[in-house]
Amino acid sequence: MALIHQQNKQGLYNLVIPDIEQWPIYLLSKDRAPFIEELVSNSMAHIRELLGDSKQKLHDEIARALYMERIRMKTEHWRVDPPDERSFWRKVNETIAHISTQKGIPIGQPTDEDARIFHEIVARYANEIPGIFSPNTYRFASRVVTFGFARLLNTASGMFFKNEFRLGDRLKITGNIEKIRELALKGTLIMTPTHSSNLDSLVMGWAIDAIGLPPFLYGAGLNLFNSRIFGFFMERLGAYKVDRRKKNLFYLETLKMYSRMVIERGCHSLFFPGGTRSRNGALENQLKLGLLGSAVEAQRLNFMRGTTETMGFDASHAKKIYVVPVVLNYHFVLEAASLIEEFLKRSGKEKYYIDREEFPGTRLLTTFLWKFFAAKSEVILSFGEPMDIFGHPVDEHGNSIDQHGNCIDISRYFVSRGMITKDRQRDEEYTRLLGNKLVESFMRTNTVLSSHLVAFTAFEILARKHSRRLDLYGLLRLPEEDRTIPYTQYAKVTEHVRDALRQMADHGKVQLANHMYGDINRLIKHGLSNLGVYHTQQPLAFDPDGNITSQDMNLLYFYHNRLTGYNLEQLI
Amino acid sequence: MQNAQEFTYGVIGAGSFGTAVANILAENGKVLLFTRRPEACREMLTQRTNRGQQLHPNITPTIDIPDFCNQCRLIFPVVPSAGFREVMQQFSGCLQPHHILIHGTKGLNLHLLPNEEMHPGQPVSRQQISTMTEIILQETVVLRVGCLSGPNLAKEIAQGQPAATVIASRFTEVIEQGREALKSPRFKVYGSNDVTGVEFAGVLKNVMAIASGILSGLGLGENAKAMLISRGLGEMVKIGRALGADSSAFFGIAGIGDLIATCSSSLSRNFSVGFRLAKGELLPDILANMNEVVEGINTVKLAKGVSLYYHIETPIVEALYQTLYNNQTIAESLEYLMNYSFDKDADFL
Repeated sequence: MALIHQQNKQGLYNLVIPDIEQWPIYLLSKDRAPFIEELVSNSMAHIRELLGDSKQKLHDEIARALYMERIRMKTEHWRVDPPDERSFWRKVNETIAHISTQKGIPIGQPTDEDARIFHEIVARYANEIPGIFSPNTYRFASRVVTFGFARLLNTASGMFFKNEFRLGDRLKITGNIEKIRELALKGTLIMTPTHSSNLDSLVMGWAIDAIGLPPFLYGAGLNLFNSRIFGFFMERLGAYKVDRRKKNLFYLETLKMYSRMVIERGCHSLFFPGGTRSRNGALENQLKLGLLGSAVEAQRLNFMRGTTETMGFDASHAKKIYVVPVVLNYHFVLEAASLIEEFLKRSGKEKYYIDREEFPGTRLLTTFLWKFFAAKSEVILSFGEPMDIFGHPVDEHGNSIDQHGNCIDISRYFVSRGMITKDRQRDEEYTRLLGNKLVESFMRTNTVLSSHLVAFTAFEILARKHSRRLDLYGLLRLPEEDRTIPYTQYAKVTEHVRDALRQMADHGKVQLANHMYGDINRLIKHGLSNLGVYHTQQPLAFDPDGNITSQDMNLLYFYHNRLTGYNLEQLI
Repeated sequence: MQNAQEFTYGVIGAGSFGTAVANILAENGKVLLFTRRPEACREMLTQRTNRGQQLHPNITPTIDIPDFCNQCRLIFPVVPSAGFREVMQQFSGCLQPHHILIHGTKGLNLHLLPNEEMHPGQPVSRQQISTMTEIILQETVVLRVGCLSGPNLAKEIAQGQPAATVIASRFTEVIEQGREALKSPRFKVYGSNDVTGVEFAGVLKNVMAIASGILSGLGLGENAKAMLISRGLGEMVKIGRALGADSSAFFGIAGIGDLIATCSSSLSRNFSVGFRLAKGELLPDILANMNEVVEGINTVKLAKGVSLYYHIETPIVEALYQTLYNNQTIAESLEYLMNYSFDKDADFL
């Protein structure tokens, strides 16, 4: 399939596959019923294997799931929950109890009915998780986002009647987009962005559309479906439902099986490997490996299928999976105040206490967007180098490249005694290695913005100054009069750190936004004005004497954390 | 071809331990024994002996890297740590993702620039050190890596005496395949997932082996040796922990097991260096007439650097460092140790 390189009038890329009916996500949705049937049987087989085919263990798991689901329904009922779920679980309960007593089997012993109940539970979850992709809704949403955002942007900037700004001016995309587009045709993409804000999924949705890729499957929290309108769109755009309240084995394994099977079917997927939004503002360095594990498993299965088809050991034509790390860089994060508050409470325990008023309540998304656009702030989406599931870079043909520039056949990582074999422990280990590679890639792909730099140096100068007397929590409670940094000192240190970052950028260890070059005074002003754009209490500001001060140490710490992990502290 | 790959094991490095490992592997299949030196290869082919050990008929010496990698699926690199990276670089072009590597080298690699030397007393952080497993991962495409460590004095193994070892790997299949390859009625193989712990334990015990040799050379008795072993183990654990290892490996075969063996045996190279130092020989003279690398000498310097960086109290390492690198006499070092304010027993637990 030929790749269409041109960009359209809005500066966006044309779709790599113009015909929606050819999109894997559309084909999957069209094939929904048989897919769900397969999902049920695969999940059941997998769960049986996990339970060692033990009838007793299966019975115990059913009882456990019943217990957990009843607690959930009692304590945490959501509007989105299906109306028949209470009656469903009541029947499960009755069946277990009834059969056990009727046949004289003591409660707690496996029964012949367990297999049927097992099937019903898994089938219920398998029907609940997948969304239904609708091309019409997709077209509509795509237009709304592009047009609506652009209109909002211009309106907020005071130029309602001019089309001076486009969305792409504020949401900047960096990275090897052409390669990512090529790979989208050759294999299955797994997009793994860092997670700072609830806005991230919206931004990623726009970005995927902007670079001309078909929509990605994305696991959205079931709570988002509580809103009928939002739920309507999410479901029809291909989002699948993830219910974090359900922790029972059947649900979790069905969900994992679903994510694996859609990858196997070539549907591009997106998930945030950090799991939740970064609470302390730092780049993720500990990842949730569950969904990454699905990618590794799907890759192995693709290779196994490939070798079976060729009746030999050649898996070279099997569909490959490519992981695309993405770092989302914001000058400010909508939820920064509550995120860092949560982080400090958790990490500081008794050391962290609030000696001032609570934060203002959560603002509405529209207020944020308005401020974001009015303030002419920018968001940079940095796409990292695509990698295979072992973390090797790949070329534009999808070949994996080793550290010496040679092509390697990664299917052979699954070879044991001459055959591609299933080995769960090996898959887990490969997943862990992939997680490490992703973390390394996040560090390299991160685009440093002026706001990150100014926050980092200011916090580190204060930390160094008070290090003998105060620990982190003491520092965060530093009285306002002790927070002042003389401007000359500040500018000197900031320039020193900036120069070190430039050197690192020259070696590909990090990326720098364009505004990071040039005059340091201008850079500092740029950083300060962007860092404070949203918050009522300025994390960093000029005092009347032109020196630097902070009105909110927690926020300063939050934004500072973005540059930890680069050993820049030693330069202060 | 498939069968040949299945049953041909590879050993890189024809030193005394490499040869001993090759002889054990040869009981279970064909073995290619790689040496860099063509003359050594010729000699092995004609004499069928190496380092005083008879070569098993299943062993074929070779200098051909591509053929070696093509034939062997499971490979045991057993080369001195100083040359380990270079050897891996030589093999990297031929190693493929299906290879499994289990190394048997007890040493660490300090990241230095070309022609740079480690300054005496230079602090060393974890980031500056690579274990042999890490070197394999850095230099080759192989991911399934493990290490072989334990009280495995090459001469005793060669004599067919019973011994135990540990294969540590994060991959269960690596442990299983290694165990299968090395199975022997006189060689018991245990498994561990704590690769870092096993590697650091195997490396750090060499420091204590030198110290033990010194005590023996001074004619001191078992009480002194017991003190050294128990306190030395504590220092090993502290350094290992600072470097990110779990402590449990230090109490297993590759830790305390190996420590007791090397601290008690004159067959250990590290031990004999200490012994000869105590007898009044100078370090350069001793090293000049040892025909194999003494890993512990370098490790003392590294252990000292790590203790400095992480502010760990390691008096035995300190005393040894001063003796080897700062011309402190053995008597002074012993006095330092005996006057050191140890007051709490088992303070590393």
